[in-house]
Amino acid sequence: MTAAPLALSQARLPRWAPVLVGVIALALAGLPALLSGWGSVTWLVTAVAVFLVGMPLWSRLVEGRRAAVDRLVTALIWTAFAVACAPLVWLVYVVVRNGAPAINGRFLSISMLNVIGDEQGGIYHALLGTLLVTVAATVVSVPIGILTAIYLVEYGKRSRPARLITFLVDVMTGIPSIVAGLFALALLVLVFGTAFRAGIGGSIALSLLMVPTVVRSSEEMMRLVPDDLREASYALGVPKWRTVTGVVLPTSVAGIVTGVVLAISRVIGETAPLLVVAGATDGVNTNLFDGRMTTLPVFIFSQYATSTPVGYERAWGGALVLIALVMVLNLAARLVGRIFAPAKSH
Amino acid sequence: MTTTAARERTERPSSARPGRRGDRVFAGVVRTAAFTILAALVAVFVFLAAEGWVGLTAEPDTYAPFTTFVRYLLPLIVSTLLASALALVVAVPFAVAVALFISHYAPRSLASALGYVIDLLAAVPSVVFGLWGGRYLAAYLQPAHVWLHDHLGFVPIFGDPSPNGRSLFTASIVLAIMILPIMTAISREVFLQTPRLHEEAALALGATRWEMIRYAVFPYARSGMVSGIMLGLGRALGETMAVAMVLATTPTTTLNVIGTASPATIAANIALNYKEATPERQSLLIATGLVLFVVTFLVNFGARWVAGRSSRRLNT
Repeated sequence: MTAAPLALSQARLPRWAPVLVGVIALALAGLPALLSGWGSVTWLVTAVAVFLVGMPLWSRLVEGRRAAVDRLVTALIWTAFAVACAPLVWLVYVVVRNGAPAINGRFLSISMLNVIGDEQGGIYHALLGTLLVTVAATVVSVPIGILTAIYLVEYGKRSRPARLITFLVDVMTGIPSIVAGLFALALLVLVFGTAFRAGIGGSIALSLLMVPTVVRSSEEMMRLVPDDLREASYALGVPKWRTVTGVVLPTSVAGIVTGVVLAISRVIGETAPLLVVAGATDGVNTNLFDGRMTTLPVFIFSQYATSTPVGYERAWGGALVLIALVMVLNLAARLVGRIFAPAKSH
Repeated sequence: MTTTAARERTERPSSARPGRRGDRVFAGVVRTAAFTILAALVAVFVFLAAEGWVGLTAEPDTYAPFTTFVRYLLPLIVSTLLASALALVVAVPFAVAVALFISHYAPRSLASALGYVIDLLAAVPSVVFGLWGGRYLAAYLQPAHVWLHDHLGFVPIFGDPSPNGRSLFTASIVLAIMILPIMTAISREVFLQTPRLHEEAALALGATRWEMIRYAVFPYARSGMVSGIMLGLGRALGETMAVAMVLATTPTTTLNVIGTASPATIAANIALNYKEATPERQSLLIATGLVLFVVTFLVNFGARWVAGRSSRRLNT
């Protein structure tokens, strides 16, 4: 009976250990960085590598193998997150730096009509095209989306057709945008002949992409409406359709608007379907139903495809405007959601 | 008993109150809307098939530089699969790590804000990714091409390196970045659904945080992760602009992903060729689009089916 006393605690590294190792890693990597004149990226990468080796090693010596593995994984996960953020930061930086010089009043207010060579061009026609195509897509897809959500929440409940529709809507969110474009193209070509191109085709494609998003977000919001409200309304003798339009919809309107705006911000940057079905043109076209219509993403692509310095510059300018548009829509959506959110019912 | 029955019978006509007709109309309208969606999905298939049918068996010179539809399609399919597979290989570890970071590692107060940063990646339009990929990332990754060729040259996919980095490899990296948000979002959700009690039980038994994740979170989240990966695959298969703008395409058959001459993916091929299309060629492109639609539909179908099955299992 001379068993060693059971150890219930073991040595732990102090809380500030990772910080210390981090500083040492930066310093260690800084030495060759200074000596051989590395850039800051190489320096940071080396420091992270030193940390990934040093931290588990110290932990292995003091705390044991299991803790060392834990520390290694923790460090890897933090690194992975930082690496995943890097493209976003880099991309936004590059777009702002290259796009900002291209943007001025003239860039926003003229089209590319009769712009030759290195003359200043503009994106007015593309902005107008994006606006028209997106508005038309919204007009088509929002009613269908919201009505479908009403069917799923208020009428279909858990029935077989409702489950099927929910499932297919989920599957639809994964339709490649180019396929939506080809669908619109096939539709128009069958009806109007092979050479037909029009902005409305873009709207058809975009609504196919928007509908699933609108359905899912509206459905989610309507499910949040407490049943007490519906029952109170029924108890007052209000018919079901008045209950839906007068109680359920107003209660969930903020969430639905948020979902719609997010859906718009998702499709406003779509390029492939518009490229295929709406085409590109240099001038302003305000008729959705006839003739090619340039949209902002397609403008960026076609300027990029010119492979000239001035083309690249216009492409970057367009990209900055497009990203700004998307971000503003995103922020607006979240603001609407926050400001008009109904007070919690309990 | 009889009195209530009688009252019900007498009251039935009175349920034809003003709202009754409105109810019927409204129910009809919402039902129509719901079935419009079904009809649209069927219409996508029907119209693509109707227009693309001609493209399957056209004159041999339509398929230049090939002669039959299958020959035309094959390099595109190989490219599509290679690019998507590479994108998945790169993106999956990051997606899982980032999802874990947001669900279990990040400081609580920052977690949702950091999740929003990843969602912003999804908001960046694909054409901007393409612009950045073609003008910046390609040049930046060019040394990596040389390195891959020098050290892993014995693998057939790492042949002669491209001098400017505009290769299928760079396109795959862009794809990986683009599918990261959806995969992260799905994994994050299932990680967060792990029962608290399982996690706390693991920790109480003395597990480290990583062991807790390995033995309590991962088994619980496995099918959710699979579903997320399949959704990412669906996105990668169908993504057009990033590939069309990064890759300099040539219609050859090659497995080399880091070379200058790679065939386009199905989607990028459509975007790059629709302009010069004769009617026959247009049908051909639509036919390839039909193939892409069927493949992505099946992948997405599988993903949702896996997700649905696991959530049913967990709920019972």
